[in-house]
Amino acid sequence: MAATTIDAATFMALQEATGREFAGELVGTFLEEAPLMLRELGAALAAHDAEKFRRSAHSLKSNSLTFGALRLGAMARELELGGFDRAAGAGDPLAALAAEYVRVATALEELRDA
Amino acid sequence: MRESRPGSARLLVVDDNKVNRLLLSRSIELQGHRVAMAENGRVALEMLRRESFDLMLLDIEMPEMDGFQVLEQLVSDLRLRDLPVIVTSSLEGIENIVRCIELGAEDYLAKPVNPVLLKARIGACLEKKWLRDQQKELLGRFATSAVAQDLQATGFSLVGRWVEGSILFSDIRGFTSLVESESPEEVIELLNTYYALMFEAIGGRGGVVNQMVGDGLMSIFGAPLPLADHCESAVRAALEMIEMVELFNHERIAAKKPAIRIGIGIASGKMVAGYTGTHERATYTCVGDTVNLAARLESLTKEVGRSILVDRATRDGVGNRIVMESIGPVAIKGKAAAVEVFAVGAVKA
Repeated sequence: MAATTIDAATFMALQEATGREFAGELVGTFLEEAPLMLRELGAALAAHDAEKFRRSAHSLKSNSLTFGALRLGAMARELELGGFDRAAGAGDPLAALAAEYVRVATALEELRDA
Repeated sequence: MRESRPGSARLLVVDDNKVNRLLLSRSIELQGHRVAMAENGRVALEMLRRESFDLMLLDIEMPEMDGFQVLEQLVSDLRLRDLPVIVTSSLEGIENIVRCIELGAEDYLAKPVNPVLLKARIGACLEKKWLRDQQKELLGRFATSAVAQDLQATGFSLVGRWVEGSILFSDIRGFTSLVESESPEEVIELLNTYYALMFEAIGGRGGVVNQMVGDGLMSIFGAPLPLADHCESAVRAALEMIEMVELFNHERIAAKKPAIRIGIGIASGKMVAGYTGTHERATYTCVGDTVNLAARLESLTKEVGRSILVDRATRDGVGNRIVMESIGPVAIKGKAAAVEVFAVGAVKA
């Protein structure tokens, strides 16, 4: 499902602009950083820290768009833009985000090693 | 002055997000520039105060100190306020972009940053900075730093205006024969030392060196910034110039080189001041009778064997605070009536 999870044109443009090797390293950095952001989102939610929640969502959105992870980016954006109250009221608001991230990670690894 | 446009510049990338930081740095390096990175505003300011950068790419949302706070700090820092800043952010809301621009950011780029756009913006920013640096250097050549800063704050105006001031002309007597008797290296070294001494005497009294032609200097007291006691300031600067030349001569004589003598002419009154030239290349100057008279008095010093000659307006402006001696009315080229001339300081051959 790589085609819908990662926008191929965006990812190829990134590879072209920065070099294949560098893009690969950058994917590696993202795969290290993104789980931390997801954890921060969960922690902020638990601590009712709306500002930290928004900021973590913002970072995740920003990075997702860099790699063409449009759906993940859109989900993060929704959380950034006043999604805290809604997220805090829902059952497990971050489950969908985490699931999408797993798909993104797999797709990026495939693209990187292709 | 740097002759060529900037090729490789040094940029600072400030972003708390590692992916963004690495990506921006990579793009910039591929453009042939050098990059340093900071992960938040506090670290960025520390680096800016320690090292020299041509441009900063600044994220807004960061822990410890955000981009807005960095911009605020830059505005109030005299040394850093001219540093161009491009804000790179995926911040939502037009009001945030407006706030960045209002805080002095040069430009705003939405993340993810398009590399082609980034290149164009960096190029434009560096070009602007280069022009600004050139302008500063140009100002610095004829103005003290206080004047240069004032002019930069008020902006360049090519409009002329009447000012009240004193003009001081000076040159080295017999410089042409000096040039022939010394090696080219020695001549340039002599001129550089001489200029350094003269600039100090003139600048120290609030004067501004306006023109340097060979060994000759034209200095203005009272423009571009008004100077309450311009007559006395000019005469005191002249006395210090003579004193400095004497000190310089001790060294020259010790080095078995001929002593130098200078002549100084000062005239005071109204004159037209302004920038002449074009917007690309402007120079500040004063013109009018007062300026011509000062130049004539300077050349008259050779004929009458005195170091400093001033006109009546200058003498009246100084009053009895400095002893002067009338050397009577003198016919001056370009003046219908003879001009009363006064000599300052000791009689010197």
